Amino acid sequence: MLRVTLRNLLQHKLRLVMSTLAIVLGVGFLSGVLVFSHGLQSTFDNIIKGSTPEVTIRPVGSSANTGFSVSNATIGRDSLDKLAALPQVDQAHGVVNGIGMALLTKKGRVLGGQGAPTLAFNYTDTRNMLGTQTLEITEGTYPKRMGEVLIDASSAKRAGYEVGDKVSMVSPYGEMHREAKLVGVATFSGGGTAGATLLFFDTKQAQEIFLGGRDVFTQIALNGKPGVSQKELAAIAKPVLPAGFEAATADKLVKESQSQVNQFLGIISTFLLVFALIAVLVGGFIIVNTFSILVAQRVRELALLRALGARRSQVTRMVLIEAFVMSVLASGMGIALGWVLAIGLAKAFTSFGLTIATDSLAITGQSIAISMGVGVVVTVLAAFVPARRASRVPPVAAMQGDAPGRPVTLGRRTLYGAFFLVVGAAVAAYGVVGAPGNDAAWIGAGAFIWIITVAVISPVIGKPVLLACRGIFAVLFGMPGRLAGNNALRDPRRTGATASALMIGLALVSTIGVMAASMNKSIEDVVDKTFQADFIVQSPSFSSFPVALADMMRKEPGVAVLSQQQSVPVKINGKRAYASANDENFYKINKLDMIAGTDNLSGKQVLLGNGQAKDLGVGVGDEVTLKFDSRAPLQATVAGIFDEQTAVTSSVTVPFDVFAAAGISRQDTALNINLADGVNKADVRSQLEKILKPIPIVPLQDRAEFSKSIRGQVDQLLYIIYGLLALAIVIAVIGIINTLGLSVLERTREIGLLRAVGLSRARLRLMVALESVTIAVLGAALGLGLGLIFGALLRYAMRDQLRSLALPLSQLVVFLGIAVLVGLIAAVIPAIRASRMKVLDAIASE
Amino acid sequence: MTAETRGSRARQIAAQAVELTKVYGSGESAVRALDGVTIDLYAGQFTAVMGPSGSGKSTLMHCMAALDKPTSGHALINDTELASLRDNALTQLRREQVGFVFQAFNLVPSLTAEENICLPLSLSGKKPDPQWFDQVIDSVGLRDRLKHRPSQLSGGQQQRVACARALMSKPAIVFADEPTGNLDSTSGAEVLGFLRRSVDEFGQTVVMVTHDAVAASYCDRVVFMADGRLVDETVNPTRESVLQHMSELQEAAMNAPAVGQAGA
Repeated sequence: MLRVTLRNLLQHKLRLVMSTLAIVLGVGFLSGVLVFSHGLQSTFDNIIKGSTPEVTIRPVGSSANTGFSVSNATIGRDSLDKLAALPQVDQAHGVVNGIGMALLTKKGRVLGGQGAPTLAFNYTDTRNMLGTQTLEITEGTYPKRMGEVLIDASSAKRAGYEVGDKVSMVSPYGEMHREAKLVGVATFSGGGTAGATLLFFDTKQAQEIFLGGRDVFTQIALNGKPGVSQKELAAIAKPVLPAGFEAATADKLVKESQSQVNQFLGIISTFLLVFALIAVLVGGFIIVNTFSILVAQRVRELALLRALGARRSQVTRMVLIEAFVMSVLASGMGIALGWVLAIGLAKAFTSFGLTIATDSLAITGQSIAISMGVGVVVTVLAAFVPARRASRVPPVAAMQGDAPGRPVTLGRRTLYGAFFLVVGAAVAAYGVVGAPGNDAAWIGAGAFIWIITVAVISPVIGKPVLLACRGIFAVLFGMPGRLAGNNALRDPRRTGATASALMIGLALVSTIGVMAASMNKSIEDVVDKTFQADFIVQSPSFSSFPVALADMMRKEPGVAVLSQQQSVPVKINGKRAYASANDENFYKINKLDMIAGTDNLSGKQVLLGNGQAKDLGVGVGDEVTLKFDSRAPLQATVAGIFDEQTAVTSSVTVPFDVFAAAGISRQDTALNINLADGVNKADVRSQLEKILKPIPIVPLQDRAEFSKSIRGQVDQLLYIIYGLLALAIVIAVIGIINTLGLSVLERTREIGLLRAVGLSRARLRLMVALESVTIAVLGAALGLGLGLIFGALLRYAMRDQLRSLALPLSQLVVFLGIAVLVGLIAAVIPAIRASRMKVLDAIASE
Repeated sequence: MTAETRGSRARQIAAQAVELTKVYGSGESAVRALDGVTIDLYAGQFTAVMGPSGSGKSTLMHCMAALDKPTSGHALINDTELASLRDNALTQLRREQVGFVFQAFNLVPSLTAEENICLPLSLSGKKPDPQWFDQVIDSVGLRDRLKHRPSQLSGGQQQRVACARALMSKPAIVFADEPTGNLDSTSGAEVLGFLRRSVDEFGQTVVMVTHDAVAASYCDRVVFMADGRLVDETVNPTRESVLQHMSELQEAAMNAPAVGQAGA
């Protein structure tokens, strides 16, 4: 008997460990995300601080990040000389920087692709605000003459270059394909480069590439003599600056950068945090279940306590304290796991080239407090329901032999459930029919209410699924199938709660699936409608390329019409947007769906997309203010409004005159090409591709390829989200293992009996596995059902962008298959344990 | 059935134990639950195994019924050596050759009485012979309870369902482990009456472990165990003769100073 008791204890401990694991994983994910985003932030901080001199002379109105601006404003050498002559100035260096370069790997591919940018500079030995060198040359030397380049060590390694090699690059201006000798590699003294590729040329070469060879600069870096503060230096520099330039202190630049970087990092962190919280929520479901089970097992003990005079509140408190202790331990482990996870993430990012210094990953007091707080609050809240149930155990239960299972009354639950389903539906419907604010937020709130409600009433609404499973399994597998179905039906509350954890993950997965399928379908529909050119040349990351390309392609025989388009960020009436400039040929190839006005643009006129016009509240004939980066604002008149859904131009479309007036360097972001009648498409294509070959940043695509490449991007995002949701599913698996382990344990004698009367080990394992699959299928059925509803609603809320609804039925079948697999995996340990039970022990256990 | 046919069957052996030994634990704490037991159980007989707690009667039954493995010696059912069988074969043997009635927890709670009765058959994917089914059901008097779940049945009804299940596959032998231990005397009498009838009317072989002299009096033969050994035996017992044997054994145990640990 002792042996059995010990074994029970051990299994009990295992179950605690398993549910602790659910919290550990959830909190680990959460704290990992917190630590990682903190690390990302300090990486960017270091980059900023490590590369900013005490004072920067820059065009008025440029912001920190857009030191690499589309502006072509420059400052001359005379200003540099004047600044250098100031007695308080120690260092004055002309800076030339530019974007749009691409480093080609040894194999001729573009390094970095669509990720972090490639930044090019002239090399100077300017100190940064911390008084150190920005670069630490680890091998070779800095570029001293034309034809030499220095690359950051990580990029050089990724591209497969060694010092002394010939390096291939694509330049946005002038000569497109360039080669230079790699004379040195350097590490960034601030730590990681966050994935950016850094190219350094000597000043003359940089001027040649970016400034048409003029001896001018985009910025000037100043460092003062000892004792001269940033502010003083800026004040002293101010009088000698030409009009349109300002002196910005390092402190100001750092602040500007940080606010921009934080905005961007905030999006990433929020995105990851959402998934972390989902994981914690799923963990909470498992806690509810575990504690319900623990309470049920200890009914006699609890009753004895009550009989001996413990108050109800004391029993409740006892259970809650247990949950509290467990949650503190689990959250502590979770925080440690999170740290490991963050390091792993940083390593993974580093291997993709996004170098994040691991020493920047520190567990801050804040992240500990948040992780611990979330872990403890969720666990204790989750344990509250079972704790209250514990307090309702009557003292007489101590005397009764077998604790009579309270008849499961689900009537009240169903009633409340139905009420909340209506509430959730009402909230979502209110959102759809035009409640204030974001429709999707309302639907999200409704969805949340539905998920919780369905989890609570899953024993009721899941019954048909359980009955169906039993029927099917009984037919397929005979008695073991029928028994498995019965077992799942025996405690519908427990089955439902276990399945709910899986339901959440699958509901989200299928919501996302519906959205992605709808997005792909909508894109396809739009592309079918709007892609009127034979070919389009466009980089997947919308980076720009030299206009020379268009000139060369236009000359190619077989090309009838070629149109050029350049897109840049703009602020229109203070609102961020993208502006496209199109040449006249654009309108020969593409017909815009005009809603009002004309698309015949000239001078300072602008076309607006219907959505953009609605947001801005302007119509044809109104004036709008366009502000391009650091340039002075421009006024333009709205000439027409078009349907932006079917257009291959930005919602702010202008003639090239406007860009020229704004002083924007001329580059292209997209080319549309129509072929002459009767030419062989494939032949022309191969000719055009020859032109593009040295600069692989921009592919030539026809309609099908274009649509496929966009779909590829949607799918990529989809897979990332699936990957993040996988953790929620892993936690749900733990829940199933937990429940099954308990089911096996509770039915020790029944299993013994079945074995005695002739159930073989293999079929016993089958029975446990089928019970597990039943739970998983229930979770999947509820989850996929909810996901379809949520996905369809969200699609409807975003009907302006997602015009078609698509249900990814084949994917749903795959998800169901995955659920079955999940069930089988979860069953492995409990099934083996059940089959190893000795028949006699099972029967003899009292 | 006449006494003559019963006698002719008596020579046929349904199950056999040869020098069965079962030792629990090892070294100093080793307990010899079975200490070289050799016994033949005859087909068509109702045999009781009696003895005080710890005498090894349940262990003997478990080893003979392929529920447990002896430390040494042989156990045979229908001339099949159990030790030679692997788990699957043992499972099949239990399903087809052996019927079980336990003291408690005999039924799968989620199945109806009828499903429980047919469980061994459905586990082999077979359907019961309807004639035999009717015969057994009428004999245990459960016709109106077939659709009930175990929780809706009284203890005596549950045991009768278990008995019906044990007979349904027409096993070579039925092992009953204190089948009346948890029952009041009326219900116990019903169960014992049914087991008796199954021997008389269906020619079933039944072995029952019990320490109740009244239960033993339903049997054809009673063997007595003490300290893991067979110590005595009687045929065609009455309640009085069983009690007589038991008190003799008790006295013998008291007089033997070496053996004191066997509780009452």
